[in-house]
Amino acid sequence: MKKAGNKNHHNSILIGLLAGTVLLTIVAVGLGRYFIEPMDVIKILASKIIPMEQTWEPQAESVIFTLRLPRILSALLVGMALALSGASYQGVFKNPLVAPDMLGVSAGACVGASSAILLGMGQNGVQISAFIGGILAVGIATAIPKVIKNNSMMTLVLAGVIVSGLMNSILGLLKYLADPDTELASITHWQLGSLSASVWRDVIYIGPVILLAAAVIILLRWRINILSLGEDEAKTLGTDIRKHRGVIIVCATALTASAVCISGTIGWIGLVIPHLGRMLVGPDNRKLIPVSAVLGAMFLLIIDTVARNITSAELPLSILTGLVGAPFYFYLLFKQRMKLS
Amino acid sequence: MIIETKNLGFGYHKDEFLFRNVNFQVEKGEIYSILGANGAGKSSMMNCLANLLKPVEGEILLKGKELSTCSLSEVAATIGYVPQIHTPAYGYEVRDFVVMGRAPHLGLLEKPSKKDYELVDQVLEEFGIAKLAHRAYTELSGGERQQVTIARAVVQQPDIIILDEPTNHLDYGNQIRMVHFIRQLADRGYGIIITSHMPDHVLLLDGKVGMLCPDGSFQTGNTAEILTEENLRKLYGIDVHMMYVEKLKRNVCIAGERL
Repeated sequence: MKKAGNKNHHNSILIGLLAGTVLLTIVAVGLGRYFIEPMDVIKILASKIIPMEQTWEPQAESVIFTLRLPRILSALLVGMALALSGASYQGVFKNPLVAPDMLGVSAGACVGASSAILLGMGQNGVQISAFIGGILAVGIATAIPKVIKNNSMMTLVLAGVIVSGLMNSILGLLKYLADPDTELASITHWQLGSLSASVWRDVIYIGPVILLAAAVIILLRWRINILSLGEDEAKTLGTDIRKHRGVIIVCATALTASAVCISGTIGWIGLVIPHLGRMLVGPDNRKLIPVSAVLGAMFLLIIDTVARNITSAELPLSILTGLVGAPFYFYLLFKQRMKLS
Repeated sequence: MIIETKNLGFGYHKDEFLFRNVNFQVEKGEIYSILGANGAGKSSMMNCLANLLKPVEGEILLKGKELSTCSLSEVAATIGYVPQIHTPAYGYEVRDFVVMGRAPHLGLLEKPSKKDYELVDQVLEEFGIAKLAHRAYTELSGGERQQVTIARAVVQQPDIIILDEPTNHLDYGNQIRMVHFIRQLADRGYGIIITSHMPDHVLLLDGKVGMLCPDGSFQTGNTAEILTEENLRKLYGIDVHMMYVEKLKRNVCIAGERL
Protein backbone atom coordinates (compact mmCIF):
# COMPACT_ATOMS: atom_id res chain seq x y z
CA MET A 1 0.00 0.00 0.00
CA LYS A 2 2.66 2.40 1.15
CA LYS A 3 4.80 1.55 -1.83
CA ALA A 4 2.07 2.48 -4.28
CA GLY A 5 1.46 5.66 -2.35
CA ASN A 6 5.13 6.64 -2.56
CA LYS A 7 5.26 6.03 -6.25
CA ASN A 8 2.20 8.16 -6.95
CA HIS A 9 3.49 10.83 -4.64
CA HIS A 10 6.70 11.16 -6.63
CA ASN A 11 4.94 11.07 -10.00
CA SER A 12 2.43 13.70 -8.97
CA ILE A 13 5.25 15.98 -7.80
CA LEU A 14 6.98 15.61 -11.16
CA ILE A 15 3.77 16.23 -13.11
CA GLY A 16 2.90 19.20 -10.90
CA LEU A 17 6.34 20.71 -11.47
CA LEU A 18 6.11 20.21 -15.23
CA ALA A 19 2.67 21.82 -15.35
CA GLY A 20 3.94 24.68 -13.19
CA THR A 21 6.87 25.22 -15.53
CA VAL A 22 4.59 25.36 -18.57
CA LEU A 23 2.31 27.88 -16.85
CA LEU A 24 5.22 30.01 -15.72
CA THR A 25 6.67 29.92 -19.21
CA ILE A 26 3.43 31.28 -20.66
CA VAL A 27 3.27 34.03 -18.04
CA ALA A 28 6.97 34.85 -18.46
CA VAL A 29 6.61 35.16 -22.23
CA GLY A 30 3.95 37.83 -21.64
CA LEU A 31 5.86 39.76 -18.98
CA GLY A 32 8.13 42.64 -19.89
CA ARG A 33 8.07 46.25 -20.92
CA TYR A 34 5.67 45.24 -23.67
CA PHE A 35 3.02 43.26 -21.76
CA ILE A 36 1.09 40.48 -23.51
CA GLU A 37 -1.94 38.74 -21.97
CA PRO A 38 -1.36 35.02 -21.23
CA MET A 39 -4.33 34.09 -23.46
CA ASP A 40 -2.76 36.00 -26.33
CA VAL A 41 0.56 34.28 -25.64
CA ILE A 42 -1.13 30.89 -25.95
CA LYS A 43 -2.90 31.94 -29.15
CA ILE A 44 0.27 33.35 -30.71
CA LEU A 45 2.27 30.23 -29.85
CA ALA A 46 -0.53 27.94 -31.04
CA SER A 47 -0.95 29.87 -34.28
CA LYS A 48 2.39 28.51 -35.42
CA ILE A 49 0.95 25.00 -35.37
CA ILE A 50 -2.76 25.42 -36.02
CA PRO A 51 -3.84 28.20 -38.39
CA MET A 52 -6.12 30.74 -36.70
CA GLU A 53 -7.42 34.24 -37.15
CA GLN A 54 -5.02 36.96 -35.96
CA THR A 55 -6.61 38.87 -33.06
CA TRP A 56 -3.39 40.32 -31.64
CA GLU A 57 -1.05 43.10 -32.62
CA PRO A 58 1.69 41.99 -35.03
CA GLN A 59 4.22 43.61 -32.70
CA ALA A 60 3.36 41.07 -29.99
CA GLU A 61 4.28 38.24 -32.29
CA SER A 62 7.65 39.72 -33.13
CA VAL A 63 8.42 40.48 -29.47
CA ILE A 64 7.67 36.88 -28.56
CA PHE A 65 9.56 35.21 -31.36
CA THR A 66 12.62 37.42 -31.66
CA LEU A 67 13.15 38.52 -28.07
CA ARG A 68 11.39 36.57 -25.38
CA LEU A 69 11.14 33.01 -26.60
CA PRO A 70 14.86 32.46 -27.27
CA ARG A 71 15.68 33.99 -23.91
CA ILE A 72 13.11 31.94 -22.03
CA LEU A 73 14.10 28.71 -23.74
CA SER A 74 17.72 29.53 -22.89
CA ALA A 75 16.77 30.07 -19.25
CA LEU A 76 14.97 26.71 -19.15
CA LEU A 77 17.88 24.92 -20.82
CA VAL A 78 20.58 26.54 -18.67
CA GLY A 79 18.64 25.99 -15.43
CA MET A 80 18.02 22.36 -16.27
CA ALA A 81 21.64 21.81 -17.32
CA LEU A 82 23.11 23.31 -14.14
CA ALA A 83 20.75 21.44 -11.81
CA LEU A 84 21.27 18.09 -13.57
CA SER A 85 24.99 18.61 -13.59
CA GLY A 86 24.96 19.39 -9.86
CA ALA A 87 22.81 16.37 -8.99
CA SER A 88 25.10 14.09 -11.02
CA TYR A 89 28.29 15.44 -9.46
CA GLN A 90 26.82 15.16 -5.97
CA GLY A 91 25.90 11.54 -6.64
CA VAL A 92 29.13 10.46 -8.29
CA PHE A 93 31.31 12.23 -5.71
CA LYS A 94 29.05 10.88 -2.94
CA ASN A 95 29.00 14.31 -1.39
CA PRO A 96 25.92 16.51 -1.26
CA LEU A 97 28.10 19.60 -0.87
CA VAL A 98 29.84 19.63 -4.23
CA ALA A 99 28.86 22.01 -6.98
CA PRO A 100 29.20 21.18 -10.68
CA ASP A 101 32.23 23.44 -11.03
CA MET A 102 34.35 21.48 -8.54
CA LEU A 103 36.56 20.10 -11.31
CA GLY A 104 37.26 23.59 -12.56
CA VAL A 105 34.76 23.81 -15.40
CA SER A 106 33.48 27.29 -14.48
CA ALA A 107 36.92 28.71 -13.75
CA GLY A 108 38.22 27.25 -17.01
CA ALA A 109 35.28 28.65 -18.94
CA CYS A 110 35.90 32.08 -17.40
CA VAL A 111 39.52 31.99 -18.55
CA GLY A 112 38.41 30.92 -22.02
CA ALA A 113 35.80 33.67 -22.28
CA SER A 114 38.08 36.36 -20.85
CA SER A 115 40.90 35.46 -23.25
CA ALA A 116 38.45 35.76 -26.14
CA ILE A 117 37.24 39.13 -24.84
CA LEU A 118 40.84 40.39 -24.57
CA LEU A 119 41.60 39.14 -28.07
CA GLY A 120 38.62 41.11 -29.30
CA MET A 121 36.66 38.10 -30.58
CA GLY A 122 32.92 38.49 -31.02
CA GLN A 123 30.07 36.82 -29.15
CA ASN A 124 30.61 33.58 -31.05
CA GLY A 125 34.29 33.46 -30.27
CA VAL A 126 33.65 34.10 -26.57
CA GLN A 127 31.15 31.23 -26.39
CA ILE A 128 33.34 28.73 -28.18
CA SER A 129 36.39 29.78 -26.22
CA ALA A 130 34.45 29.44 -22.94
CA PHE A 131 33.32 25.92 -23.84
CA ILE A 132 36.85 24.87 -24.77
CA GLY A 133 38.26 26.48 -21.59
CA GLY A 134 35.77 24.61 -19.40
CA ILE A 135 36.37 21.23 -21.01
CA LEU A 136 40.15 21.78 -20.98
CA ALA A 137 40.13 22.55 -17.25
CA VAL A 138 38.22 19.36 -16.46
CA GLY A 139 40.49 17.46 -18.84
CA ILE A 140 43.54 18.60 -16.85
CA ALA A 141 41.81 17.86 -13.52
CA THR A 142 40.96 14.30 -14.57
CA ALA A 143 44.45 13.75 -16.02
CA ILE A 144 46.19 14.56 -12.72
CA PRO A 145 45.10 11.32 -10.96
CA LYS A 146 46.37 9.37 -13.97
CA VAL A 147 49.77 11.10 -13.84
CA ILE A 148 50.26 10.34 -10.15
CA LYS A 149 48.71 6.89 -10.63
CA ASN A 150 46.12 7.25 -7.91
CA ASN A 151 42.55 6.87 -9.03
CA SER A 152 40.86 7.63 -5.73
CA MET A 153 38.06 10.12 -5.45
CA MET A 154 40.09 12.28 -3.08
CA THR A 155 42.87 12.73 -5.66
CA LEU A 156 40.31 13.83 -8.21
CA VAL A 157 38.78 16.34 -5.81
CA LEU A 158 42.23 17.74 -4.98
CA ALA A 159 43.04 17.88 -8.68
CA GLY A 160 39.91 20.01 -9.09
CA VAL A 161 41.16 22.34 -6.36
CA ILE A 162 44.53 22.65 -8.10
CA VAL A 163 43.02 23.38 -11.51
CA SER A 164 40.44 25.84 -10.15
CA GLY A 165 43.18 27.68 -8.24
CA LEU A 166 45.36 27.87 -11.32
CA MET A 167 42.48 29.05 -13.52
CA ASN A 168 41.47 31.70 -11.00
CA SER A 169 45.01 33.05 -10.97
CA ILE A 170 45.09 33.21 -14.75
CA LEU A 171 41.71 34.91 -14.66
CA GLY A 172 43.07 37.46 -12.17
CA LEU A 173 45.99 38.16 -14.50
CA LEU A 174 43.67 38.60 -17.48
CA LYS A 175 41.49 41.02 -15.53
CA TYR A 176 44.59 42.91 -14.44
CA LEU A 177 45.64 43.25 -18.07
CA ALA A 178 42.16 44.16 -19.33
CA ASP A 179 41.11 47.68 -20.25
CA PRO A 180 39.09 48.67 -17.17
CA ASP A 181 36.41 50.59 -19.07
CA THR A 182 35.48 48.11 -21.75
CA GLU A 183 37.08 44.68 -21.45
CA LEU A 184 37.05 44.41 -17.68
CA ALA A 185 33.40 45.37 -17.63
CA SER A 186 32.49 42.66 -20.12
CA ILE A 187 34.55 40.06 -18.25
CA THR A 188 32.78 40.95 -15.01
CA HIS A 189 29.41 40.98 -16.71
CA TRP A 190 30.14 37.57 -18.16
CA GLN A 191 31.32 36.20 -14.82
CA LEU A 192 28.09 37.23 -13.13
CA GLY A 193 25.93 35.57 -15.75
CA SER A 194 23.20 37.01 -17.93
CA LEU A 195 20.72 35.85 -20.51
CA SER A 196 20.13 39.31 -21.96
CA ALA A 197 22.08 38.45 -25.11
CA SER A 198 20.33 35.14 -25.77
CA VAL A 199 19.36 34.54 -29.37
CA TRP A 200 17.91 31.64 -31.34
CA ARG A 201 21.39 30.61 -32.39
CA ASP A 202 22.18 29.65 -28.76
CA VAL A 203 19.10 27.48 -28.49
CA ILE A 204 19.63 25.84 -31.87
CA TYR A 205 23.34 25.07 -31.54
CA ILE A 206 23.81 24.53 -27.81
CA GLY A 207 20.35 23.19 -26.97
CA PRO A 208 20.93 19.81 -28.63
CA VAL A 209 24.22 19.31 -26.73
CA ILE A 210 22.39 19.97 -23.47
CA LEU A 211 19.50 17.68 -24.37
CA LEU A 212 21.82 14.87 -25.44
CA ALA A 213 23.94 15.00 -22.26
CA ALA A 214 20.77 15.26 -20.17
CA ALA A 215 19.31 12.19 -21.89
CA VAL A 216 22.42 10.11 -21.13
CA ILE A 217 22.33 11.11 -17.48
CA ILE A 218 18.60 10.40 -17.22
CA LEU A 219 19.11 6.96 -18.75
CA LEU A 220 21.98 6.15 -16.37
CA ARG A 221 20.36 7.61 -13.27
CA TRP A 222 19.99 4.35 -11.35
CA ARG A 223 23.72 3.71 -11.84
CA ILE A 224 24.42 7.01 -10.06
CA ASN A 225 22.85 5.44 -6.94
CA ILE A 226 25.40 2.65 -7.11
CA LEU A 227 28.33 5.00 -7.74
CA SER A 228 27.24 7.02 -4.71
CA LEU A 229 28.01 4.02 -2.46
CA GLY A 230 31.71 4.54 -3.06
CA GLU A 231 34.30 2.92 -5.26
CA ASP A 232 34.76 -0.39 -3.47
CA GLU A 233 31.11 -1.18 -2.97
CA ALA A 234 30.22 -0.16 -6.51
CA LYS A 235 32.94 -2.44 -7.82
CA THR A 236 31.81 -5.42 -5.74
CA LEU A 237 28.34 -4.84 -7.20
CA GLY A 238 29.87 -5.45 -10.62
CA THR A 239 30.20 -1.82 -11.71
CA ASP A 240 33.01 -0.69 -13.96
CA ILE A 241 33.46 2.48 -11.92
CA ARG A 242 35.97 4.22 -14.10
CA LYS A 243 33.76 3.83 -17.16
CA HIS A 244 30.44 4.73 -15.52
CA ARG A 245 31.88 7.59 -13.51
CA GLY A 246 33.73 8.78 -16.61
CA VAL A 247 30.58 8.88 -18.76
CA ILE A 248 28.64 10.74 -16.09
CA ILE A 249 31.41 13.27 -15.46
CA VAL A 250 31.76 13.89 -19.20
CA CYS A 251 28.01 14.49 -19.57
CA ALA A 252 27.76 16.64 -16.45
CA THR A 253 30.76 18.69 -17.60
CA ALA A 254 29.28 19.12 -21.07
CA LEU A 255 26.07 20.34 -19.40
CA THR A 256 27.81 22.97 -17.29
CA ALA A 257 30.13 24.07 -20.10
CA SER A 258 27.16 24.43 -22.48
CA ALA A 259 25.21 26.39 -19.90
CA VAL A 260 28.16 28.68 -19.27
CA CYS A 261 28.45 29.21 -23.02
CA ILE A 262 24.91 30.57 -23.21
CA SER A 263 24.74 32.61 -20.04
CA GLY A 264 28.17 33.05 -18.48
CA THR A 265 28.69 31.57 -15.04
CA ILE A 266 25.67 31.38 -12.75
CA GLY A 267 26.27 30.27 -9.18
CA TRP A 268 24.17 28.32 -6.68
CA ILE A 269 21.76 26.48 -8.98
CA GLY A 270 23.87 23.32 -9.23
CA LEU A 271 24.34 23.22 -5.47
CA VAL A 272 20.92 24.19 -4.14
CA ILE A 273 18.42 22.69 -6.58
CA PRO A 274 19.43 19.03 -6.00
CA HIS A 275 19.01 19.65 -2.24
CA LEU A 276 15.53 20.98 -2.81
CA GLY A 277 14.83 17.95 -4.97
CA ARG A 278 15.99 15.60 -2.21
CA MET A 279 13.62 17.33 0.20
CA LEU A 280 10.73 16.71 -2.19
CA VAL A 281 11.38 13.14 -3.40
CA GLY A 282 14.28 11.74 -1.34
CA PRO A 283 17.82 10.81 -2.39
CA ASP A 284 16.99 8.07 -4.94
CA ASN A 285 18.46 9.36 -8.21
CA ARG A 286 15.75 7.62 -10.23
CA LYS A 287 13.39 10.26 -8.86
CA LEU A 288 15.85 13.00 -7.99
CA ILE A 289 17.42 13.42 -11.43
CA PRO A 290 14.19 14.17 -13.36
CA VAL A 291 12.81 16.32 -10.54
CA SER A 292 16.07 18.33 -10.33
CA ALA A 293 16.00 18.94 -14.07
CA VAL A 294 12.50 20.44 -13.94
CA LEU A 295 13.17 22.37 -10.71
CA GLY A 296 16.35 23.88 -12.17
CA ALA A 297 14.57 24.99 -15.34
CA MET A 298 11.73 26.49 -13.34
CA PHE A 299 14.05 28.24 -10.88
CA LEU A 300 16.20 29.97 -13.50
CA LEU A 301 13.11 30.97 -15.47
CA ILE A 302 11.74 32.72 -12.38
CA ILE A 303 15.11 34.34 -11.58
CA ASP A 304 15.62 35.57 -15.13
CA THR A 305 12.07 36.90 -15.38
CA VAL A 306 12.67 38.85 -12.18
CA ALA A 307 16.06 40.02 -13.46
CA ARG A 308 14.62 41.54 -16.61
CA ASN A 309 11.52 43.04 -14.98
CA ILE A 310 12.70 44.36 -11.61
CA THR A 311 14.69 47.30 -12.93
CA SER A 312 15.08 48.94 -16.32
CA ALA A 313 18.76 47.99 -16.24
CA GLU A 314 19.26 44.22 -16.24
CA LEU A 315 20.49 42.64 -13.02
CA PRO A 316 23.22 40.00 -13.46
CA LEU A 317 21.80 36.57 -12.65
CA SER A 318 24.40 35.43 -10.11
CA ILE A 319 23.48 38.37 -7.90
CA LEU A 320 19.91 37.13 -7.74
CA THR A 321 20.70 33.40 -7.51
CA GLY A 322 23.07 34.22 -4.65
CA LEU A 323 20.56 36.43 -2.86
CA VAL A 324 17.91 33.75 -3.17
CA GLY A 325 20.14 30.69 -3.09
CA ALA A 326 22.28 31.42 -0.03
CA PRO A 327 19.43 32.06 2.45
CA PHE A 328 17.50 29.19 0.92
CA TYR A 329 20.49 26.89 1.40
CA PHE A 330 20.63 27.97 5.02
CA TYR A 331 16.95 27.13 5.36
CA LEU A 332 17.49 23.68 3.85
CA LEU A 333 20.39 22.92 6.17
CA PHE A 334 18.36 24.17 9.08
CA LYS A 335 15.43 21.97 8.13
CA GLN A 336 17.55 18.88 7.66
CA ARG A 337 19.47 19.70 10.87
CA MET A 338 22.57 18.80 8.86
CA LYS A 339 22.55 15.03 8.71
CA LEU A 340 25.78 15.44 6.77
CA SER A 341 28.13 15.36 9.78
CA MET B 1 35.30 -25.56 -5.28
CA ILE B 2 33.86 -22.05 -5.34
CA ILE B 3 36.93 -20.14 -4.33
CA GLU B 4 40.51 -21.30 -3.93
CA THR B 5 43.75 -19.47 -3.26
CA LYS B 6 47.12 -20.78 -4.43
CA ASN B 7 50.25 -19.35 -2.82
CA LEU B 8 48.50 -16.03 -2.47
CA GLY B 9 50.77 -13.17 -1.42
CA PHE B 10 50.24 -9.45 -1.05
CA GLY B 11 52.07 -6.36 0.13
CA TYR B 12 51.78 -2.65 -0.50
CA HIS B 13 55.52 -2.17 -1.03
CA LYS B 14 57.96 -3.98 -3.23
CA ASP B 15 59.54 -7.05 -1.61
CA GLU B 16 57.60 -6.38 1.57
CA PHE B 17 54.85 -8.93 2.02
CA LEU B 18 51.97 -8.61 4.44
CA PHE B 19 51.29 -12.29 3.87
CA ARG B 20 52.43 -15.02 1.47
CA ASN B 21 51.80 -18.67 0.72
CA VAL B 22 48.16 -18.45 1.66
CA ASN B 23 46.35 -21.59 0.53
CA PHE B 24 42.76 -22.43 1.28
CA GLN B 25 39.50 -23.44 -0.37
CA VAL B 26 35.92 -22.64 0.46
CA GLU B 27 32.93 -24.68 -0.70
CA LYS B 28 29.25 -23.85 -0.69
CA GLY B 29 27.81 -24.08 2.81
CA GLU B 30 31.24 -23.82 4.46
CA ILE B 31 32.39 -21.15 6.88
CA TYR B 32 35.97 -19.97 6.70
CA SER B 33 37.02 -17.63 9.51
CA ILE B 34 40.19 -15.58 9.36
CA LEU B 35 41.87 -14.43 12.57
CA GLY B 36 44.76 -12.02 12.71
CA ALA B 37 46.25 -9.21 14.75
CA ASN B 38 45.61 -5.56 13.92
CA GLY B 39 47.45 -4.58 10.77
CA ALA B 40 48.31 -8.19 9.92
CA GLY B 41 46.55 -7.86 6.57
CA LYS B 42 43.12 -9.43 7.11
CA SER B 43 41.27 -6.66 5.31
CA SER B 44 43.86 -6.67 2.52
CA MET B 45 43.27 -10.39 2.10
CA MET B 46 39.50 -9.81 1.97
CA ASN B 47 40.03 -7.09 -0.61
CA CYS B 48 42.13 -9.45 -2.73
CA LEU B 49 39.35 -12.04 -2.57
CA ALA B 50 36.73 -9.41 -3.43
CA ASN B 51 38.77 -8.33 -6.47
CA LEU B 52 39.45 -4.88 -5.00
CA LEU B 53 43.21 -5.41 -4.68
CA LYS B 54 45.47 -7.27 -7.05
CA PRO B 55 47.54 -10.03 -5.44
CA VAL B 56 51.30 -9.56 -5.74
CA GLU B 57 51.89 -13.27 -6.18
CA GLY B 58 49.95 -16.50 -6.43
CA GLU B 59 46.42 -16.76 -7.68
CA ILE B 60 42.78 -16.79 -6.68
CA LEU B 61 40.53 -19.20 -8.54
CA LEU B 62 36.83 -18.55 -8.79
CA LYS B 63 35.09 -21.80 -9.80
CA GLY B 64 38.43 -22.83 -11.30
CA LYS B 65 38.91 -19.60 -13.26
CA GLU B 66 41.61 -17.07 -12.40
CA LEU B 67 39.88 -14.12 -10.69
CA SER B 68 41.66 -11.41 -12.68
CA THR B 69 40.36 -12.87 -15.95
CA CYS B 70 36.72 -12.78 -14.77
CA SER B 71 34.53 -9.83 -15.72
CA LEU B 72 33.35 -7.54 -12.94
CA SER B 73 29.76 -8.70 -13.19
CA GLU B 74 30.89 -12.35 -13.30
CA VAL B 75 32.74 -11.80 -10.01
CA ALA B 76 29.78 -9.93 -8.53
CA ALA B 77 27.42 -12.76 -9.48
CA THR B 78 29.61 -15.23 -7.54
CA ILE B 79 30.94 -13.16 -4.63
CA GLY B 80 28.84 -10.92 -2.42
CA TYR B 81 30.89 -8.51 -0.34
CA VAL B 82 29.78 -7.00 2.95
CA PRO B 83 32.12 -4.17 3.96
CA GLN B 84 32.60 -2.94 7.52
CA ILE B 85 29.80 -0.76 8.86
CA HIS B 86 30.03 2.77 7.56
CA THR B 87 27.75 5.73 6.96
CA PRO B 88 27.00 6.43 3.34
CA ALA B 89 26.36 9.96 2.09
CA TYR B 90 22.69 9.46 1.18
CA GLY B 91 19.85 7.96 3.18
CA TYR B 92 18.36 5.65 0.56
CA GLU B 93 15.25 3.78 1.60
CA VAL B 94 16.20 0.25 2.73
CA ARG B 95 14.36 -1.39 -0.21
CA ASP B 96 16.13 0.89 -2.69
CA PHE B 97 19.45 0.17 -0.99
CA VAL B 98 19.00 -3.62 -0.99
CA VAL B 99 17.83 -3.71 -4.61
CA MET B 100 21.24 -2.37 -5.65
CA GLY B 101 22.42 -5.95 -5.13
CA ARG B 102 20.65 -6.74 -8.41
CA ALA B 103 23.11 -4.51 -10.33
CA PRO B 104 25.36 -7.32 -11.66
CA HIS B 105 22.29 -9.05 -13.13
CA LEU B 106 20.94 -5.96 -14.92
CA GLY B 107 21.98 -4.31 -18.17
CA LEU B 108 23.64 -0.90 -18.19
CA LEU B 109 20.45 1.06 -18.83
CA GLU B 110 18.12 -1.33 -17.02
CA LYS B 111 16.53 -0.39 -13.76
CA PRO B 112 15.34 -2.89 -11.15
CA SER B 113 11.96 -4.32 -12.07
CA LYS B 114 9.00 -5.38 -9.95
CA LYS B 115 10.48 -8.88 -9.87
CA ASP B 116 13.74 -7.56 -8.42
CA TYR B 117 11.78 -5.77 -5.71
CA GLU B 118 9.81 -8.96 -5.00
CA LEU B 119 13.10 -10.73 -4.35
CA VAL B 120 14.15 -7.86 -2.06
CA ASP B 121 10.90 -8.08 -0.08
CA GLN B 122 11.25 -11.84 0.18
CA VAL B 123 14.80 -11.62 1.57
CA LEU B 124 13.86 -8.85 4.03
CA GLU B 125 10.95 -11.06 5.14
CA GLU B 126 13.22 -14.09 5.61
CA PHE B 127 15.69 -12.01 7.62
CA GLY B 128 12.84 -10.77 9.82
CA ILE B 129 13.60 -7.15 8.94
CA ALA B 130 10.62 -6.42 6.69
CA LYS B 131 9.61 -3.65 9.07
CA LEU B 132 12.74 -1.73 8.05
CA ALA B 133 11.76 -1.74 4.35
CA HIS B 134 10.80 1.93 4.13
CA ARG B 135 13.26 3.35 6.64
CA ALA B 136 16.23 5.47 5.56
CA TYR B 137 19.44 3.41 5.65
CA THR B 138 21.32 6.19 7.45
CA GLU B 139 18.82 6.14 10.32
CA LEU B 140 19.32 2.45 11.15
CA SER B 141 21.34 1.15 14.08
CA GLY B 142 24.66 -0.57 13.45
CA GLY B 143 23.22 -4.08 13.74
CA GLU B 144 20.31 -3.28 11.43
CA ARG B 145 22.64 -1.70 8.91
CA GLN B 146 24.82 -4.79 8.90
CA GLN B 147 21.77 -7.03 8.33
CA VAL B 148 20.51 -4.81 5.53
CA THR B 149 23.91 -4.87 3.83
CA ILE B 150 23.98 -8.67 4.13
CA ALA B 151 20.48 -8.71 2.61
CA ARG B 152 21.90 -6.75 -0.32
CA ALA B 153 24.64 -9.37 -0.74
CA VAL B 154 22.00 -12.16 -0.66
CA VAL B 155 19.85 -10.40 -3.27
CA GLN B 156 22.98 -10.45 -5.42
CA GLN B 157 22.49 -14.26 -5.43
CA PRO B 158 26.17 -15.11 -5.08
CA ASP B 159 27.67 -18.46 -4.09
CA ILE B 160 29.96 -16.93 -1.52
CA ILE B 161 29.56 -14.03 0.89
CA ILE B 162 32.63 -12.24 2.24
CA LEU B 163 32.13 -10.33 5.48
CA ASP B 164 34.83 -8.00 6.79
CA GLU B 165 34.58 -7.89 10.59
CA PRO B 166 30.77 -8.02 10.67
CA THR B 167 30.65 -7.86 14.48
CA ASN B 168 32.62 -4.62 14.66
CA HIS B 169 30.77 -1.74 16.35
CA LEU B 170 27.97 -4.04 17.51
CA ASP B 171 26.93 -4.40 21.14
CA TYR B 172 27.48 -7.73 22.90
CA GLY B 173 24.00 -9.11 22.18
CA ASN B 174 24.04 -8.07 18.54
CA GLN B 175 27.51 -9.60 18.11
CA ILE B 176 26.25 -13.01 19.16
CA ARG B 177 23.05 -12.59 17.12
CA MET B 178 25.19 -11.74 14.09
CA VAL B 179 27.31 -14.88 14.61
CA HIS B 180 24.16 -17.04 14.69
CA PHE B 181 22.85 -15.24 11.67
CA ILE B 182 26.05 -16.02 9.75
CA ARG B 183 25.75 -19.69 10.69
CA GLN B 184 22.24 -19.70 9.26
CA LEU B 185 23.53 -18.19 6.03
CA ALA B 186 25.98 -21.08 5.73
CA ASP B 187 23.18 -23.56 6.46
CA ARG B 188 21.29 -22.07 3.52
CA GLY B 189 24.17 -23.02 1.28
CA TYR B 190 26.26 -19.88 1.01
CA GLY B 191 30.00 -20.23 1.37
CA ILE B 192 31.10 -17.73 4.00
CA ILE B 193 34.44 -16.02 4.46
CA ILE B 194 34.64 -13.85 7.53
CA THR B 195 37.31 -11.94 9.42
CA SER B 196 37.07 -11.58 13.16
CA HIS B 197 38.92 -10.34 16.21
CA MET B 198 37.05 -12.70 18.53
CA PRO B 199 38.33 -16.28 18.85
CA ASP B 200 35.17 -17.14 20.74
CA HIS B 201 33.03 -16.17 17.74
CA VAL B 202 35.18 -18.43 15.61
CA LEU B 203 34.48 -21.27 18.05
CA LEU B 204 30.77 -20.60 17.73
CA LEU B 205 30.97 -20.61 13.95
CA ASP B 206 32.84 -23.93 14.11
CA GLY B 207 34.03 -24.01 10.51
CA LYS B 208 37.49 -23.90 9.01
CA VAL B 209 39.96 -21.32 10.26
CA GLY B 210 42.86 -19.41 8.80
CA MET B 211 45.29 -17.67 11.12
CA LEU B 212 47.36 -14.78 9.85
CA CYS B 213 50.37 -14.26 12.12
CA PRO B 214 52.24 -10.97 12.51
CA ASP B 215 55.28 -12.50 10.78
CA GLY B 216 53.17 -13.00 7.64
CA SER B 217 52.85 -16.77 7.93
CA PHE B 218 49.46 -18.37 7.47
CA GLN B 219 48.06 -21.50 9.08
CA THR B 220 44.87 -23.14 7.99
CA GLY B 221 42.81 -26.07 9.25
CA ASN B 222 39.82 -27.07 11.36
CA THR B 223 38.81 -25.02 14.38
CA ALA B 224 40.22 -27.58 16.80
CA GLU B 225 43.58 -27.73 15.03
CA ILE B 226 44.11 -24.00 14.75
CA LEU B 227 42.44 -22.53 17.83
CA THR B 228 44.92 -23.80 20.40
CA GLU B 229 46.13 -21.86 23.41
CA GLU B 230 49.64 -21.90 22.02
CA ASN B 231 48.64 -20.48 18.63
CA LEU B 232 46.43 -17.78 20.14
CA ARG B 233 49.16 -16.70 22.58
CA LYS B 234 51.56 -16.41 19.69
CA LEU B 235 49.02 -14.48 17.66
CA TYR B 236 47.91 -11.92 20.22
CA GLY B 237 50.92 -11.84 22.53
CA ILE B 238 48.78 -12.31 25.64
CA ASP B 239 47.79 -15.19 27.87
CA VAL B 240 44.83 -17.00 26.34
CA HIS B 241 42.93 -19.95 27.76
CA MET B 242 40.66 -22.47 26.11
CA MET B 243 38.37 -24.22 28.51
CA TYR B 244 35.43 -26.52 28.36
CA VAL B 245 32.33 -25.10 30.00
CA GLU B 246 29.99 -27.82 31.22
CA LYS B 247 26.94 -25.56 31.20
CA LEU B 248 27.42 -24.65 27.52
CA LYS B 249 28.77 -28.03 26.47
CA ARG B 250 31.46 -26.32 24.42
CA ASN B 251 34.94 -24.84 24.56
CA VAL B 252 35.24 -21.14 25.28
CA CYS B 253 38.18 -18.86 24.73
CA ILE B 254 39.13 -16.36 27.39
CA ALA B 255 42.05 -13.98 27.91
CA GLY B 256 43.89 -14.87 31.09
CA GLU B 257 45.77 -11.77 32.21
CA ARG B 258 45.50 -11.40 35.98
CA LEU B 259 44.57 -7.95 37.20
